[in-house]
Amino acid sequence: MLRPALIAIGAFFTLMLLYSFGSGAVAYLGDPPAATAEKEFHLHPKEVEFSFNGALGHYDRQQLQRGFQVFKEVCSACHSLKFVAFRDLQQIGYNEAEVKAIAKQWAIKTPDVDPATGEMSSRDPVPADHFPKPFANNVAAAAANNNAIPPDLSLMTKARHEGSAYVYSLLTGFQAQPAALLKKFPDSKTPEGLHYNPYFANLNLAMAPPLVADGQVTYGDGTKATVDQMSQDVAAFLTWTAEPKLENRRSAGLAVVFFLLIATGLAYMSYRNIWADKKH
Amino acid sequence: MSFPWAEHYTPKAPLMKWIDERLPLPRLVYSAVGAGYPVPRNLNYFWNFGVLSGVALMIQIVTGIVLGMHYAANELVAFGTTEHIMRDVNAGWMIRYAHANGASFFFIVVYLHIFRGLFYGSYKAPREMVWLLGLVIFLLMMATAFMGYVLPWGQMSYWGAKVITGLFGAIPLVGEPIQTWLLGGFAPGNAALNRFFSLHYLLPFVIAGVIILHIWALHIPGSNNPTGVDVKGPQDTVPFHPYYTAKDGFGLGVFMILFTALLFFAPNFLGHPDNYIEANPLSTPAHIVPEWYFWPFYAILRAFTFDFFFVPAKLLGVLAMFASILLLFFLPWLDNSPVRSGNYRPMFKKFFWFGLIPCVLILGYCGGAPAEEPYVMLSQFAAAYYFAHFLIILPAIAYFEKPLPLPNSITEAVLAKHGESVTGSQGLAPSAVPAE
Amino acid sequence: MATVEHIETAVPQAGEGVRRRDFINIAAVSFAGVGAVAVVLPLVNQMNPSADVLAQASTEVDLSGIQPGMAIKTTFRAQPLFVRHLTPEEIAKADAVDASTLRDPQTLEERTVDGKKQWLVTMGVCTHLGCVPLGAGEGENKGEYGGYFCPCHGSSYDTAARIRKGPAPKNLMVPEYSYTSDTAILVG
Repeated sequence: MLRPALIAIGAFFTLMLLYSFGSGAVAYLGDPPAATAEKEFHLHPKEVEFSFNGALGHYDRQQLQRGFQVFKEVCSACHSLKFVAFRDLQQIGYNEAEVKAIAKQWAIKTPDVDPATGEMSSRDPVPADHFPKPFANNVAAAAANNNAIPPDLSLMTKARHEGSAYVYSLLTGFQAQPAALLKKFPDSKTPEGLHYNPYFANLNLAMAPPLVADGQVTYGDGTKATVDQMSQDVAAFLTWTAEPKLENRRSAGLAVVFFLLIATGLAYMSYRNIWADKKH
Repeated sequence: MSFPWAEHYTPKAPLMKWIDERLPLPRLVYSAVGAGYPVPRNLNYFWNFGVLSGVALMIQIVTGIVLGMHYAANELVAFGTTEHIMRDVNAGWMIRYAHANGASFFFIVVYLHIFRGLFYGSYKAPREMVWLLGLVIFLLMMATAFMGYVLPWGQMSYWGAKVITGLFGAIPLVGEPIQTWLLGGFAPGNAALNRFFSLHYLLPFVIAGVIILHIWALHIPGSNNPTGVDVKGPQDTVPFHPYYTAKDGFGLGVFMILFTALLFFAPNFLGHPDNYIEANPLSTPAHIVPEWYFWPFYAILRAFTFDFFFVPAKLLGVLAMFASILLLFFLPWLDNSPVRSGNYRPMFKKFFWFGLIPCVLILGYCGGAPAEEPYVMLSQFAAAYYFAHFLIILPAIAYFEKPLPLPNSITEAVLAKHGESVTGSQGLAPSAVPAE
Repeated sequence: MATVEHIETAVPQAGEGVRRRDFINIAAVSFAGVGAVAVVLPLVNQMNPSADVLAQASTEVDLSGIQPGMAIKTTFRAQPLFVRHLTPEEIAKADAVDASTLRDPQTLEERTVDGKKQWLVTMGVCTHLGCVPLGAGEGENKGEYGGYFCPCHGSSYDTAARIRKGPAPKNLMVPEYSYTSDTAILVG
């Protein structure tokens, strides 16, 4: 009784699916899905040579500091970095006193409660504080930015495919909408207030190009601050904010895998050894 | 239990004797995974994955308990405490990446373990109970993994919780109340997050309990083997320890190399970038996908695009997805062939390697792809085969198939492999066989 | 983890072969043991204070607002910290006691920074069982020695926060601190 019932269920599902497959295939071949502007004009991130690329790459501390400067002078006006603390900057080569000064001079203040009155107030950040947010909440952020909330950047390079290259490509990818796109998809004109960028998933981005001129930031180490250079540096910095333990991870990994290779080699020899006089 | 020639435990140290007389735990371990468990001598590397699954569960429990010391199940701080673990807790990044990738490796070894059973007929009599308990473990694992993925409260966590609980919403009449009950609200929130955390902490221990039953049930008939032929006598077996402990030790080494290579050098390879975005109930990700180990089932869920009279496509998809797992519970009675091992079943072997395996891989690929053509129709085709394979083809080929001649015993098969005849060295005391 | 301690296979054939085999088995098991220990270390270490907790392990206190005779209660490492501006009378009272007669012999000098004798910085944690003594807040009971009084079990501390009466074994602990300016200290 059970078997015929199960076979009937199997036949039902199989026939349903084969029918769906057949009609789907006919529709697909007869009337292929329409192309969309996003499909045809979206670009994968550019190839970038970062010092931390590959399995064994390391961060370039100088570059991270330059990237931090770009973040500080350009991005931080709108974007938060809420999972990173000022104290973390010691990892990219600032000493304790420098970190303290950076925190104290940070343009955005840390919200606090006035100990005397209990009213909301603000104070200079200290190294133990996380980077304060430029907007008190999402409503304020949306209101100040034409209804688009600038996302937090702490994890941005892990929250996108090929994140480091993506950030770089996005920052250098602003351009006029190609004529070919408008010709093929006349309805896809970039709306007012948005900006065309082929590296962005739906091609039109609320953020205006943030890095527009060479020398927008003056680097302390004498590196020429081209838009390309600044974009690379800030992409490297945001890779560090997203994965601060990358170097620890890779060096620990080398030791662990090396150890395991030896241990497994020994385990194999021991296994052969024990089975030596047993055919199997 | 087990074979008459199994060694009996004789304590060597006085302390062990003292313990064994009061609590025969040493005896139990000795007979379960020690020298007191005779195992067919011809197991291949596919038999490593049972022990590896147990190891993977231990990795998950240990790293999970540690993560639970730092994580807080509250929608306001869950994402932040996860980042706190990654950034501030000593070695927290390592422990969290081990837990996230450990889940993937747990499924990898369990899938290999299941397909080993499918190919070598380990589900057939007298091992039906082993198979059924294994499927219970698999279902518990899926529930545990799903709830664990919700805990970091990223975008994929949130929308995964919403979509998967939405499956229950497809049930007629009671669906919506059930979904609301599961979530403790109308959308995933604090209530859902807290109960998922509670159950995610509980279920692994339930799994450990069912594993004990699984191993217990296994020890009644003893392990299957690549020939599928029953053990005939002592010459067919070797003691589990040291023979298979040594082999499992080597297997564990290989497992750990692959696991740590991923953990330390590409820890986010199997994850989805969207889960590094904090949950946002107002914005759906462009492309919601579960973790890779659910992709085949997710593809089946999405393969139903037509209503069947009064049954909506959504409900059909949900039914089919559950059916695709539940049908495995009936497998011992669907496949009537008396021959266990696929190696001696020419038709079965072809359907297995050229039908089932490619179709499951296609389903997996399509489940991870966007819900658009040609992926939908590919998954419809593969899902059709999947159901046909278990519910139609397997029952049918038992009637038509002419199995290859089986070896008379495991020993005969082993010696044939080495080009020797059985009569020559039947006794097989270790000293009688020259070392290789 | 597989343990391969007792190898029953090696048929004693005597000589090099057997010893080499045993050696490999022992080496494999030893490596497994070392690996297991290496795994335990991070699992133990994760329970130590995390980076954010350590970062808050120092507290800056501004002394400028504290008048003589006043005290403030703040926190250091998530525990109460008392900062007290002693009056000359209180200093005199503390100095008048012969330190060697005390349960925990210490002079006020030893408990303050040179030249800053009027600033008494102590933990607000009774050395008996960890209650918070009274006396730092306005109008609180300072006990019969004019310093701090612990309401839990009646320990009384004097104006140098030394234990004078009651079950507490030690004076209130003076944390490590230093002056960052004339009117500010960094504790920890």
